[in-house]
Amino acid sequence: MSKNTIWLFKMAWKDAKASKVRLLLFMASIILGIAAVVSIQLFSTNLKDNIKLQSKALMGADYNINSRQEPTERAQAIIDSLQPEAREINFVSMIAFPKNGGTKLAKVRGLEGDFPFYGTIDTQPTSAATTYQELGGALVDATLMLQFDVKAGDSIKVGNVTLPVLGALKAIPGSTAISTSVAPPIIIPYRFLEKTELLQFGSRKEYQFFYTTSENFDLEQFEKVIDPQLKAEKADLDTHTSTSQRLGQRYDNVGKFLNLAAFVALLLGCIGIASSVHIYIKEKLKSIAVLKCMGASRLQSFLIFLIQIAGIGVIGGLIGALIGVGVQELFPYLLKDFLPFSVEISISAQPILIGVFLGLFMSVLFALLPLLRTWYVSPLEVLRVNEKESPEPLKVRIFVIAAVLLFLFMFSYWLLRDIGYALGFMLATLIAFAALAGVALLCIKGLKKYFPQRWGFTARQSLLNLFRPNNQTVVLVVAIGLGTCLISTLYFTKDILLAKTEVGQSSESANIIILDVQSDQQDAIEERITAKGLPIVNSIPIVTMRIHKIKGRLANDLRQDSTKQMRNWVLNHEFRSTYRDTMTSSEELLEGEWTSHAKTKDPILVSISDNLAEDGISIGDAITFNVQGVLMETKVGSIRKVDWRQLQPNFNIVFPAGALEQAPQFRVISTNAKDASTSAALQRDLVAEFPNVSIIDLRQVYTIIEDILDKVSWVINFMAFFSIVTGIIVLIGSVRTSKYQRIKESVLLRTLGAKNAQILKITALEYLFLGLLGSLVGIILALLSSLCLALLLFNEPFTPSLIPFLVFLPGITFLVLGIGLSNIQTVLRSSPLEVLRREG
Amino acid sequence: MPKILNITGLEKTYSSGNKQLTVLQNISFSIEKGQTFSIVGPSGSGKTTLLGLCAGLDQPNSGTIELCGEDLNMLSEDERAQLRNKNVGFIFQNFQLLPTLTALENVSVPLELQGGKDATSKSLALLEKVGLADRVHHYPSQLSGGEQQRVALARAFANAPSILFADEPTGNLDEDTGEKVIQLLFELNQEAGTTLVIITHDLDLANRTQQILRLKGGQILTNERTAVL
Repeated sequence: MSKNTIWLFKMAWKDAKASKVRLLLFMASIILGIAAVVSIQLFSTNLKDNIKLQSKALMGADYNINSRQEPTERAQAIIDSLQPEAREINFVSMIAFPKNGGTKLAKVRGLEGDFPFYGTIDTQPTSAATTYQELGGALVDATLMLQFDVKAGDSIKVGNVTLPVLGALKAIPGSTAISTSVAPPIIIPYRFLEKTELLQFGSRKEYQFFYTTSENFDLEQFEKVIDPQLKAEKADLDTHTSTSQRLGQRYDNVGKFLNLAAFVALLLGCIGIASSVHIYIKEKLKSIAVLKCMGASRLQSFLIFLIQIAGIGVIGGLIGALIGVGVQELFPYLLKDFLPFSVEISISAQPILIGVFLGLFMSVLFALLPLLRTWYVSPLEVLRVNEKESPEPLKVRIFVIAAVLLFLFMFSYWLLRDIGYALGFMLATLIAFAALAGVALLCIKGLKKYFPQRWGFTARQSLLNLFRPNNQTVVLVVAIGLGTCLISTLYFTKDILLAKTEVGQSSESANIIILDVQSDQQDAIEERITAKGLPIVNSIPIVTMRIHKIKGRLANDLRQDSTKQMRNWVLNHEFRSTYRDTMTSSEELLEGEWTSHAKTKDPILVSISDNLAEDGISIGDAITFNVQGVLMETKVGSIRKVDWRQLQPNFNIVFPAGALEQAPQFRVISTNAKDASTSAALQRDLVAEFPNVSIIDLRQVYTIIEDILDKVSWVINFMAFFSIVTGIIVLIGSVRTSKYQRIKESVLLRTLGAKNAQILKITALEYLFLGLLGSLVGIILALLSSLCLALLLFNEPFTPSLIPFLVFLPGITFLVLGIGLSNIQTVLRSSPLEVLRREG
Repeated sequence: MPKILNITGLEKTYSSGNKQLTVLQNISFSIEKGQTFSIVGPSGSGKTTLLGLCAGLDQPNSGTIELCGEDLNMLSEDERAQLRNKNVGFIFQNFQLLPTLTALENVSVPLELQGGKDATSKSLALLEKVGLADRVHHYPSQLSGGEQQRVALARAFANAPSILFADEPTGNLDEDTGEKVIQLLFELNQEAGTTLVIITHDLDLANRTQQILRLKGGQILTNERTAVL
């Protein structure tokens, strides 16, 4: 290292030592921004890697073939030719514990073979997982055993079969807390399924066949060849890789939000860097001019401060990365009930290197514009105190701004992996900048034109501050507004995300749903319910059917047609339809006319849901349904918007009354039990008498969903908090920028005889106005950007919360006011001479 | 005697909005090596602008400045900075010490910029000379005005300049302190054989130099030798 380089480093260090507080503010912005990015990126990477690594263990096999109905002859031939190593039939049914009469809706999985081939069935005692087949016992969900105080050795009744409970089931490949809480799994040997007598008409069953392959087997190619053949037979082939992909997509929105939070935190950090370096360099300009007087070159004086900024960027990046690594350790703990597997966190050097690099890069880039002033500052400024600062040439400014925009684009692309979204983010940031600056300039113009000449001295003085030469109005409104906008956007977005899974519950709505009621059981079940003094909220008939022909083309032909607009599920799905004469509260007519009763001569007019209409089905289109062997011609008479979030039976296809009454059907009956004991008594009685029916207790579902939502919102709030803290630091930095201007003026006013109260009032009014204007415009911009995000990124409806208006608007305004007032404390506390001498 | 500074036909204008403001007009004079020289004139006469131009801190609109044998118009900004570092010392009215460096570090800066070997020992010797041996590790904010100006004197002589520019060196000091600083300045100057250019309002101070240039309205009024030898 040359002598000159050593001297530059020494000078940078000496100068930095004496400016600790200012540099700490700068470093705080970097630390928080980097910590947010590193923690989120690390967690997402870990999540993806874990899903990928554990994909075989998640499925338990290399691939499986499944069907929601008994496989057709051809499907069975394919299944058999591939030689399945294990098979399963699963269905949801009520189970009972004879020991205490407890009943519960459970997912019964009848297994045969050595499933799982990867991963394990985790049981207590461990041996139960390997002996249950041979001993002919059941493995029962561990939580369920705790709830009903069932121990190994007790028995369980599944339909007409009573089996010994051999062990508690803690985990099985492919189950999540949310699915197991609604219907906890029970594993029994396959050979007992027939005897349960639960595999009758109308009950929902799934047939699964599991396979293993050799390491080198090309699963993707295999899937491409076999899956279409199986699809034609209404069966599906899933490989462990496609399962892990689907699983990854499930956490997509949470991932998108977390990335948005990281982007916001980093953007705020960048604004923090720019504004704090701006103050810092402004303070240093005179020293730089002195150095130049003494013969330091432009490069030398530029390098002294570049070394400082880069050094702080690296240290800030390192601390931020370490904090980020620490924080991401918390995520799996917080999200453990939300994920179907445990995430193993691995720490590698890469994120720390990324953090350091990002810290260095963003600090130098965002500090470049203020830093360049060291290059252009004239040594003459030593002699002329009031000389106007020499600005950087326009070309240099444009170059730096272009580099900043390129960084923003590349960074958002790195986070989102989508050019459109990345451009959108960048554009939105630019629009926000322009809008805020525009509003600030308009206010200045308006104030000048309609200046309230008759106001008192202090009020006039504070308003004058807003448009006098060297005013900070535009800079502060942009910084405050952008900070508020980003924080509010995050808040609104959080609402969008959480509203998606929101569930409502009222005292009149059904909270017990009885499924799979056979037609001949309907009257008896309804009687049992009313005998207990409970209402029949709904008794809905359900008829299963498939699409046979649509718009004159056979579903089988359409499946082969690669140019069709329709998704395959529409053609393969077994629709559970109903018939009724009115719409329900969760439905809204979008198009056409609602038909209440079928007319005998005309084709039946059915109503379809809006999501089906998206597949190119419109009013007047002819659809022929295969209703369990009978073809039924219909026409689309209306399209309904269905709110699927409401926990009540909703339907894709609704027939008018009088059309399906004679078809084979079963029912869903719902009632409302006021308390847990009434609910338990009803469930117990019904299951004892009608073992084939399944009962869902929505009260439990609500609690579980709320619990999971609480956890997700905790993570979301935590990340939002990260950004808010960064935002506050940025605000402090920005408002401090205005310190110089105001202190000198306040000192002069005080020298001329102004009282402390007058100076306080002038300052308070000025900052109140700046805070209010900046935060108000920021929140309005956030409303617009959140609306765009809701519609374009999350595909969700948007109902804005009032919190940003009620909390952020006054909160940020008072924060700005507080920082502004703290700026002039030095003036108020000390004598004017002292301050004048100190400020030079 | 050889000339250390040679100014010919100097003109400097500033633009303020649409208006052109001529600050210096038709200035020509020269300063001999080792001479003590003062520039006097009322406020706004262009003294400070002239000093800035002479030291290569700014560039004229027309005319030539030859400093230490180099035509400043022919040098880039960095070359002018190098020339200052080797040959020029400064003393300012507001002292202009670097607030984040101690007295010793401030004095060392010009030496370290030159890449000199024993910057610290040379700086310590200079601070001792100006009577601040016990204040070397103090920051400017911990020193009085007189002490700060003495640190500035030590710094100005640190790189053994050929020419020293002093802009109102006593402007911010009381009479007694000012006198002590001036005495010190002349002593150090004599010892080092440096050319000294002082800008001042103070005619008594100007009369202690060998030649006085009087400026008014940006033009030379007189350029006379004094009785000082």
